[in-house]
Amino acid sequence: MLHTKESINSFDLGKAIDALMHQLPAQAPLKDFIHHNTLHAFQDLPFQDGIRAASRRFGYRVLLPLKEYRMAYQSGRIHDDILSRVVCEQKGKDRKDFWLDQMVSRVFDVPEPPRIGLLRGLWKRNHKIDLDSLVHPILFRLLCNFMDQGISIWSFPVTNMPFLDAVRKLEADSAVSLFRTKLGREIFMNRDIGILELLEQLVSSEDKYAQYLFDQQFAHQGWSGMVATVQHQPNTLLDSRQITLEDVIFLELALEIDALEYALGNEWKPLSDYALMSVPDLFEEVPVSELEEVLFLWHLAYEWSYYDTVLGGIHTPNPELRGRRNHSFQAIFCIDDRECSLRRYLENEDPNCYTYGTPGFFGVEFYYQPIYGKFRTKLCPAPVNPKFLIREVSTDTIRKRDFHLGKEAHSFLGGWLVSQTLGFWSALKLAINVFNPRFQPGAASSFQHMSKQSALEIERVSDERESDLLVGFSCEEMANRVESTLRSIGLVDDFAPIVYIVGHGASSTNNPHYAAYDCGACSGRAGSVNARVFCEMANKQEVRGLLHEKGIRIPESTQFVAALHDTTCDEIEFFDEATLSQHNTQMHKEHVLLFQNALAKNARERSRRFINVDSNLNVHELHKQIKMRSITLFEPRPELNHATNAACVVGRRDLTSHLFLDRRAFMNSFDYRVDPKGDYLFPILRAVAPVCGGINLEYFFSRVDNQKMGAGSKLPHNVMGLFPVANGIDGDLRPGLPSQMIEVHEPVRLLVVVEHFEEVILEVIQRDAATYEWFKNEWVILAAAHPETRAISIFHSGRFTAYSPAYSPPEVKDIDTYILQHTDAIPVLKIA
Amino acid sequence: MPNHFLSAFILIPAIGFLLSLVIPKKNENAIAWTVFAAVLVNFVIAVFYDVLWIYQGSNVVDERDLLLYHSEHYEFFIDFHWDKISLVFFTVGTFLVLLVARYSQYYMHREPGYKRFFNTLLFFYLGYSVAVLSGNIETLFVGWEFLGVSSFLLIAFYRDRYLPIKNAVKVFSIYRVGDIGIILAMWLSHHLWNQNVTFAQLSDVSGVNSVLSEHSLIGVFIAMAVLVTAAAKSAQLPFTSWLPRAMEGPTPSSAIFYGSLSVHLGVFLLLRTFPIWQSQFSARILIGGVGFMTAIVASGIARVQSSIKAQIAYGSASQIGLMFIEIAMGWTDLVLFHFAGNAFLRTYQLLVSPSTVSYLIREQFFNFHPSAKSVESYFPKRLAATFYVLGMKEFFLDGALYRFFWHPFKIIGRKLNFLRGWKLAILLSGMLSLPLLHYSSAINLSHGVMHTLSSMFALLGVVMVLKSFTEREKVFEAWWLVIANHVVVAIAISLNENYSMSHNLIYLSGIAIGGLSGYALLSVLKSREGNINLDRFHGFVKYYPKMSMAFFFCCLALSGFPITPTFIGEDLIFGHIHEDQIGLAVLVSLSFILDGLSLIRIFARVFLGPSVRSVYESSYRSS
Repeated sequence: MLHTKESINSFDLGKAIDALMHQLPAQAPLKDFIHHNTLHAFQDLPFQDGIRAASRRFGYRVLLPLKEYRMAYQSGRIHDDILSRVVCEQKGKDRKDFWLDQMVSRVFDVPEPPRIGLLRGLWKRNHKIDLDSLVHPILFRLLCNFMDQGISIWSFPVTNMPFLDAVRKLEADSAVSLFRTKLGREIFMNRDIGILELLEQLVSSEDKYAQYLFDQQFAHQGWSGMVATVQHQPNTLLDSRQITLEDVIFLELALEIDALEYALGNEWKPLSDYALMSVPDLFEEVPVSELEEVLFLWHLAYEWSYYDTVLGGIHTPNPELRGRRNHSFQAIFCIDDRECSLRRYLENEDPNCYTYGTPGFFGVEFYYQPIYGKFRTKLCPAPVNPKFLIREVSTDTIRKRDFHLGKEAHSFLGGWLVSQTLGFWSALKLAINVFNPRFQPGAASSFQHMSKQSALEIERVSDERESDLLVGFSCEEMANRVESTLRSIGLVDDFAPIVYIVGHGASSTNNPHYAAYDCGACSGRAGSVNARVFCEMANKQEVRGLLHEKGIRIPESTQFVAALHDTTCDEIEFFDEATLSQHNTQMHKEHVLLFQNALAKNARERSRRFINVDSNLNVHELHKQIKMRSITLFEPRPELNHATNAACVVGRRDLTSHLFLDRRAFMNSFDYRVDPKGDYLFPILRAVAPVCGGINLEYFFSRVDNQKMGAGSKLPHNVMGLFPVANGIDGDLRPGLPSQMIEVHEPVRLLVVVEHFEEVILEVIQRDAATYEWFKNEWVILAAAHPETRAISIFHSGRFTAYSPAYSPPEVKDIDTYILQHTDAIPVLKIA
Repeated sequence: MPNHFLSAFILIPAIGFLLSLVIPKKNENAIAWTVFAAVLVNFVIAVFYDVLWIYQGSNVVDERDLLLYHSEHYEFFIDFHWDKISLVFFTVGTFLVLLVARYSQYYMHREPGYKRFFNTLLFFYLGYSVAVLSGNIETLFVGWEFLGVSSFLLIAFYRDRYLPIKNAVKVFSIYRVGDIGIILAMWLSHHLWNQNVTFAQLSDVSGVNSVLSEHSLIGVFIAMAVLVTAAAKSAQLPFTSWLPRAMEGPTPSSAIFYGSLSVHLGVFLLLRTFPIWQSQFSARILIGGVGFMTAIVASGIARVQSSIKAQIAYGSASQIGLMFIEIAMGWTDLVLFHFAGNAFLRTYQLLVSPSTVSYLIREQFFNFHPSAKSVESYFPKRLAATFYVLGMKEFFLDGALYRFFWHPFKIIGRKLNFLRGWKLAILLSGMLSLPLLHYSSAINLSHGVMHTLSSMFALLGVVMVLKSFTEREKVFEAWWLVIANHVVVAIAISLNENYSMSHNLIYLSGIAIGGLSGYALLSVLKSREGNINLDRFHGFVKYYPKMSMAFFFCCLALSGFPITPTFIGEDLIFGHIHEDQIGLAVLVSLSFILDGLSLIRIFARVFLGPSVRSVYESSYRSS
């Protein structure tokens, strides 16, 4: 889309707006925070070219600064042998020394400026007029007030019509104009005037229109991106609004003309051809600079220095293959990288258990409606559109209120009373919360998502539909879902007496980005409802019968138990324990203890990353401190979420159970023997690429350019209309991740390792063009691990090439002590 | 109570501040604990002192501490004062700073500028303590200046982004307008009482009334000056719009400054000066009127704000409007109560403001009524729409201040653009020749002529600093003009009255040090970076942090900040303006105000803002 000059020679408004919508940041409102590739618009290009185009066009920094790579080389993070291998492969053996010299010691000039904003910048250059400061404040106010979800006490007077009509109505009704000049008001109110007419007044040459619109919208990419997202999915605002990017462009063009008229009177003309010629074309391709080549070489060396350790680890035979029979229990976790270490500790506590990983909605997709809820929540990956509704039919939850977060104190009489009375209560409350934090009504807790006592309506009893949704699942539908999930992870026989289905969520206080910490496979919610729904399905007699017909025999004594793991406080809650048989109840009690121990150790492992927690405390004291983080008002890092994620392993647990992966790997269980043709592998990879790849690249780009692609520090953030954050009151929205979430992240693309035969993988990834794009263009790196020999091969330019890792992981005896001595990333280790 | 007890409340944070400056950046915990401990010690002592003081009968304490300058006619001394107003403001303030220091210890973890934040926080607390414990206007002014500078530093905390810098300069400029009121009040009270009068003396109502009855016009003028200062500091009309714009720093700093302490200092000033204007009915009407208008307008604006911090800011400003009314009515005890409640409430609201998303979204999820309406839906359509637009545009307050106050200055400054280089030199030497001839006894000029000449020089001073303030390109010219301004002001006053040259020397000593060192620093910078244009921000602090700090101190010295004798010199100089020369006093104070502004602008343009070197490293302008 608009990557080349030819495509925009004659101006097509629809096309230009489509291109804009595609390239603007696509972050949904905070409550639906879903990770995605920040540069998704450039994904049709190979990674190297895509990031370069984005950088040259929009001024993003797309890799680390040269200094950081050089430092990584000096510190040994970039390995020497990998570096020379990368340079030889990319540039040829004879040019190796030249490039190495460039990389290590050359001083480069400051790169030429990006092209965005140069054209519209002519106003400032030629007329000394700062359009942004005249236009942005009122534009942002109008947008925020119109879309506001409940901060203002007096909401926008007209919300039941499209944005432009609503603003026009307000303007018509008001005695005070939104515009500074008569001309501005007239052109805005005149419905015969369109974007093209306004552009004609501002820019003399039609072939610069598209560039002008890009300049204009990327001057506030946060707001424009939000509008584009809301236009695309109106339901993402609970109190929905009709707004389009086209509306915004029209309003902004009118405001620009208004501002020019105001500042310059009649003394301005459209930007002339002459002036336009001095500005380089935004969409033109730019030759690669040596600095860019050097940076990319460094980056490859940086990535491969890590990849090589993972591949080396997987290549190392696992001495102790876990028994495949008579497990004490089995536990299915989310694919999430944060579950990686918990699984290891659990297996450590009970060597006879077996753990699995699969996307945390467990293959059951639906909308969920709590009993008193006025809305529904989607509980499955974002791109899926479920046809089912799960309703909560009873609960014991009582929601507490907090007057500080209400609006009573802002009116002057209400405020007079509140400040003189409750004001003193605030002092006490603040003092208590500062010295002894406790749970607040304003906090987000994963256990709040659904109460333990809640009853759900899971089986469909009638064909009644609620706005097109079927209420509950039929047995047939249940059996299909349970079967696919079980087959995809390779759990088709040898069921243990108890199979835990562990969803996950997170808890935090004073954190507008709370949804980003929850389960991505549940659209940024906790996975408890999904876990319960899955268990009820799998425990149902009729479903078991149907499964039996499909060849999966689950013994009658086997019971599925749902649980929710809170990744912030490392606590767990089990659901429906009363339905367990007597024998299983006994067993379960023992398992609960195992889980508790594993969780405490997991918390200890996490603590090594928090500088202000002393990891040498005893494990329970540490656990307490970790729990505290989720309820503390002043803790901007309740947990580190997906930071440091770097790999994704699709295969049997035996591939990794002997390795210490430092919570950096997504792990999806898969058994090639159950799926020789790759029919279950296909949906796994179709989800892994956008979900794990999306998470990975959002962290990647937020890390390398935290100012332009990330949200900057969260400490000055101001909540706008309940759906985004901005800095101060007049700033643009800040999509992306705040610096507190990414500061420990190492930007490397996701390495996906699949345990299957090359030819099967090759065929599977090409089944779907969108999935194939991820691998082909190397926005994620794909490796195959031979199921029998553990031979590694790498996917590059459409085929697999054999790869022999240089690294063989050192064996560490007392790994728990070892890791606590380090606060930085730890390479892959072999657990002795 | 021991003598000089109150100065301990200043000494402790001052020592803490100096300590916090020398702790290495990386040592987060030591920095935070030093600051926390300094405030904690103060808090503990304050609570004991409060109790003891009340127990001993609540007698006003006036403590004369440091004599800074002494001559036959004039004394300049630091004085502290304790009564129930100081008690409430000091105790509430210390308590809130204590909580915020503790809060920030974790909240600011790993933030670049951790140390800077705590330094500034403690510096702010120091200034706040000096102000609320002050026993005379001079001491109050010292605290006031500290607050202004720490405010600027905390708003501009994210110094590599465009908007924080822009807003910091904006807020600073409004604070500066407020300063003019204090300077003039200081000047006039000198003439009324012939010394720097203490608040303890002012609380003798009959004495004050007898003095004022002789100079009723001056009394009104002082009241007006105080009101302007109080209104600017407490975000009352017409200055209100700076308050939400100050919310650019980390949330806890916004909470402590603009939610609670800094913004209530206008209220404090009115309470302190209450004896001066309490018997002037017109002043009380005016103060109450400003408060009333602000209460209405600000709560109207608060109702339509869709961002949480702006809403809290306007909500708070409207409460302060009510406090102004309460003061005008003379209900001082109620005001103290109201202040404490509002300060606590707004601090907490700002600190938990990020929670609104999870809280209100959940409320919306469970309690949404699509038809829910506010009271305005019963207004006639046209009225409602008009008020909505007015609220959204903040009653044009932000634009108006620029348009009617700063813009005219800029226009004048640019109109004077022709006056540079040799033209300026000719004008200056021409003007200088007359007094030189006079002093060399070649000609003899009458007092009247001398006074006119004096005013002309003062005007020239204003012209120079206006040119400096509006200079778009040459940084050196802007810098020299500020120095020249001070010299010209000294000449102007010398012509006005015969006085000892030592006053001028005291006045110009800091100017010379600050001016010359600043020039040297700029020259070094120029030799490394080439020409520095004032048309844009350069962000050099990123590459020259130490030089930036040094230059900042030069700016402070040059603007008469209380770190050099110039501060006392300014006061001395003012003493030589007669009480009937309001015009001259206004011109000279305008010079001081604009000096500060021009300097902060130079500092901001050269050292702060997005880096000039490469856009690949900085954030978007709009973010």
